[in-house]
Amino acid sequence: MGEMEQMKKEAEALKTQIEAARKAAHDTDMASAASGVAPAPRVQLKTRRTLKGHLAKIYAMHWCTDNRLMVSASQDGKLLIWDSHTGNKVNAVPLKSSWVMTCAYAPSGNLVASGGLDNMCTVYNLKTPVIKTVKELDAHTGYLSCARFLSDTEVLTASGDTTCALWDLETGKQKTVFLNHVGDCMCLSLSPDMNSFVSGACDSLAKLWDIRDGQCKQTFLGHTSDINAISFYPGGNAIITGSDDCTCKMYDLRADQELITYQDAALNSGVTSLALSMSGRLIFAGYDDFNCNIWDSLKGEKVGVLSGHDNRVSCTGVPPDGMCVCTGSWDSFLKIWN
Amino acid sequence: MSSNPSLTTMKRTVEQLKLEASVERIKVSQAAADLQQYCLQNAGKDALLFGVPIGSKLFREPRSCALLFIQLSDDAYISISKN
Repeated sequence: MGEMEQMKKEAEALKTQIEAARKAAHDTDMASAASGVAPAPRVQLKTRRTLKGHLAKIYAMHWCTDNRLMVSASQDGKLLIWDSHTGNKVNAVPLKSSWVMTCAYAPSGNLVASGGLDNMCTVYNLKTPVIKTVKELDAHTGYLSCARFLSDTEVLTASGDTTCALWDLETGKQKTVFLNHVGDCMCLSLSPDMNSFVSGACDSLAKLWDIRDGQCKQTFLGHTSDINAISFYPGGNAIITGSDDCTCKMYDLRADQELITYQDAALNSGVTSLALSMSGRLIFAGYDDFNCNIWDSLKGEKVGVLSGHDNRVSCTGVPPDGMCVCTGSWDSFLKIWN
Repeated sequence: MSSNPSLTTMKRTVEQLKLEASVERIKVSQAAADLQQYCLQNAGKDALLFGVPIGSKLFREPRSCALLFIQLSDDAYISISKN
């Protein structure tokens, strides 16, 4: 038997072993385990602010850690920084490339980043008298789908070239490249302790990575199409994913498997984005059908809907203090709800 | 060691699977219990679940307030405010 054949057999045996180990740990399912939990109240949120200013589809938004400012990115070629309390625009950053797909706010509030079909992540300093480009992170060979700051000196990116990367902002170079996905990486989420992150890709897999040693530690199966959105659960032990297969799923990191699928026969649009309320109980998932559905994360039931956009909801975000939820849409508006 | 690229890729796949197979797994009942506990412990602070605390109306629409003073006599006025 050739070496290749042997390797293939070994791989199959390992996959079977992993599946068996997961089954052995599956002594109950989440819905039964949560049967004793009181149902979440019917959630009816109202639009408190509609932020108007972008002239084209909004693709991304991200809250600042001060719970007040937020950055949004639109294919009108601008990043806008908003004061969510007043609804005013605080800053506008013109982009070299208008094909933007992601934006991020640094935890310090000093920097923002954007990226997209230009394959680059561009970092801007908001605190200089005139907003300056600090660095252009240029090494990916595919589009930039997601970027997140670890600090003012490190950025994590996910790319259509199937890799994720950790960058040093002082040198502008990649410190670590995370290789394992076989499809475009579409999203990433940092763990609360900042030691790891999860990525979702077009290979329908979610992967957990150790930031420092660059290794893929765990792979989560179950989705049947591209994973467009991913988020760590607040405690750090679980992740939620949203996919083109019209479902969201919760995976537990310590049980190494899917715990629950959030789906509804009436829903046949892909999930574009998701955000969690600060206790993790509520999942706000944006769909292609112009709505944002609210799910009870423990019981798997739909408990509300945010309707108001006239086009696809492309991004959602809850600030760290959990006081509201923001939705951004291809209709060019952002709405703040609570 | 073969220089065949697909063999190298296959070896890497096997190594990765070995790593993932060695993960220590806890039972789903334990995982579910811990997640529930986290949610319920933090539910009180979750404004989207139970409503924004009364004192904090950060995103509520600013209300305009008009004050009317009506003179009752030379030195007595009452004020009426309209919200």
